[in-house]
Amino acid sequence: MSERTHTPRAKGAGAAGSGLVDVRRKPATWTGLWYVLPFLAFYLLFLVWPSIVGLGYTFTDRSLAGGDVSFIGFDNWNETLTDPGLYESLWNTLVFTVLSVPVMVLLALGLALLTDHARRLGWFLRLSFFAPFVLPVAVMALMWEWMYNPSLGLFNGILGQLGFEGSEWLFSENTAMVSVVIATAWWQVGFNYLLYLAAMQSIPKDVYEAAAIDGAGVWQRIGRITLPLLARTTVLITVLQLIGSLRVFEQIYLMTGGGPNFATRTVIQYIYDSGFVGLRIGFASSMAYVFMVLIIIASVAQFRLFSRKEA
Amino acid sequence: MRDASHHPSPSHPPPAHGVGRRTLFTAALTTAAVTAAGCGAYDPLAGERTRLRQWNLFGGGDGLRMLQMHEEYQAEHPDIDFRATTFEWGAPFYTKVAMGAAGGRGADIATVHVSRLESLAPGRLLDPIDPAALAEAGIDETMFLPNIWEECFFEGQLYAIPLDTHLLVQFYNLDVCREVGLLDSNDRLVPLDGRETYVDALREIKAATGGFGLSLDTWGPWSNFWALYRQQDGELVFGEDDFELDEDKALAAMDFLYRLSEEGLSPRVSQGADTSANLANGQSGLMIHGNWEMTTLDATDVSFSVTQFPNIFGNHRTRGDSHCYVFPHQRDRDPERTRAALDYAAWMLRHSLSWSEGAGHIPAYLPVAESEEYDRLHPQSEYREAAENVQFEPDAWFSGSAGRLQDDATGPITALHQGTQTPEEALEQLKRTFRTMINAPAPV
Repeated sequence: MSERTHTPRAKGAGAAGSGLVDVRRKPATWTGLWYVLPFLAFYLLFLVWPSIVGLGYTFTDRSLAGGDVSFIGFDNWNETLTDPGLYESLWNTLVFTVLSVPVMVLLALGLALLTDHARRLGWFLRLSFFAPFVLPVAVMALMWEWMYNPSLGLFNGILGQLGFEGSEWLFSENTAMVSVVIATAWWQVGFNYLLYLAAMQSIPKDVYEAAAIDGAGVWQRIGRITLPLLARTTVLITVLQLIGSLRVFEQIYLMTGGGPNFATRTVIQYIYDSGFVGLRIGFASSMAYVFMVLIIIASVAQFRLFSRKEA
Repeated sequence: MRDASHHPSPSHPPPAHGVGRRTLFTAALTTAAVTAAGCGAYDPLAGERTRLRQWNLFGGGDGLRMLQMHEEYQAEHPDIDFRATTFEWGAPFYTKVAMGAAGGRGADIATVHVSRLESLAPGRLLDPIDPAALAEAGIDETMFLPNIWEECFFEGQLYAIPLDTHLLVQFYNLDVCREVGLLDSNDRLVPLDGRETYVDALREIKAATGGFGLSLDTWGPWSNFWALYRQQDGELVFGEDDFELDEDKALAAMDFLYRLSEEGLSPRVSQGADTSANLANGQSGLMIHGNWEMTTLDATDVSFSVTQFPNIFGNHRTRGDSHCYVFPHQRDRDPERTRAALDYAAWMLRHSLSWSEGAGHIPAYLPVAESEEYDRLHPQSEYREAAENVQFEPDAWFSGSAGRLQDDATGPITALHQGTQTPEEALEQLKRTFRTMINAPAPV
């Protein structure tokens, strides 16, 4: 509280006398409530309430197909924590995350730097790098499935003409996950790229000019000015990307269905399979809770790590 | 159904419609008509039509054919307000059927795989069908093969009306097989019985095509395994906390599939669509696939014919299933609509020649399957006797088309084709999969 009231003073923005802020604060809160009420209602109805209900389900044998529901204590939790399928899919999710996060962050940064420096081609690069992001997942998955097709696909066609042996891409346990990561990077990197580009373009030009006068070259300017000033954006992008990667589902579901031999089945798909194919909502809910806790831990740990660095 | 619409029961209010422009228009007309006539006389436009909602999962070539049949049905039955909805095949469809029925608001009639009957909790999610009422609609058990009719029962109650049998068959590319000398004077595939004879033939074909001998779906291979396992009389029984599997026979079936890909007689990787493409392109001479792929091949210019699943272990048994009509549970089941639904199912059965023509499915309704018209359908009639060789999947809540068993068993068998697992390793994984499934509490 005290922080909040100090902030406007510190910034010296106050046209209004700082003493007035405290007086006006109380009635303003009530007005504000009306503004957030529609959101709050949806939030409670579609997020908070289902989460509470879902937690309740984890202690029952509730089925998607209805039927009698009985309280079964911690059976679902025990089954979840000892289920090899869950650990396998957690591992796959981790592999996807470890492969995709660095690519998606560094690639976005590289593309943004390129765009920022290639002034004339700027519009064209912005379009090319961001356009895939607006494609629906089904379109992207279909396109890449065709390109990856071992016998008829573009990639093996090109490799064959160059005299190389093709790969089985999505269809081999060894290459399937990497193939999905490549397709995902192409599809989703545009968002991170946009964040980076916006951050880059808001760095004041006079900083660069000053550095140029002092004799800093292009690489020095990037290394000493651009990158440090992008640190906050990098934290944001990395955290968002981490959460996004951990939640990967739809493109994998469409491209490989989790195969071959479950090499690409991620946690969300396993939860989906248990809940919607296997109809076991109680069991699926307890897995979802386990996964939620893991995501929270990962996010908090990451925030801590990065904020310490910044300080 | 005709009776019902001519004598609308006063105890049933006019069916509720979704509000749309047409509904408002119809409502206005109704009011006008009632006012003008001074009574509620029957008028097909007046919202007195019997409402009938059908759900199905036919999105492919057979879906197109079903649409045509439905148009014809609607044209012949103006007194029925018929609406069919097609959902995405597989788990998305079954989830919706189960959830709709769990709330007591299922469609009036739905098409499902008979192998999924047990997973749809007959008695709770499905309403039973009264054989007497079905007989009134002109359908009784003498009109079906016993092996298929029996599948429609659960605990002595009838829950399904079979529309077709669909199964794995063997397609062959006429040009390739002629070149290799595998056709008789009538352009039919010569018998290739037994493992050795069959594999020898595949080697000859491979030598001729430079590609493969046999094209088969390695991405959804459970059905192939099931057919080969059942050809050896292999039993699979799921009990309360254990299962019965004949490991030697399972290994023999797996070994056969493993060697096909290992020797290059079959592709290591082939999805459903690639599988047909390989036959159509002349990359292979034979193909094992579902009869529904006929529509795909018809769209190409390959000359092909179809015969039964190959006899590898002494017979032509094959994996199959049956699309059938069921009544998803409704809290307030309306007798009039139930009657209309039965009449609709009967109409579809009587017209199932068209269903077979469009999708290659074998009509379950014997008067059609044994008709001269069906005999003239080529190549559909080439595998008519295969219906008797159909092997259904074991009874369990997780078995059946697009069920858990199929999903989970796909992994190890795909790995066989890819060469990443030996038959012994694949068998171990399959057993682990079975164990996980029987250990899981049944959700239905």
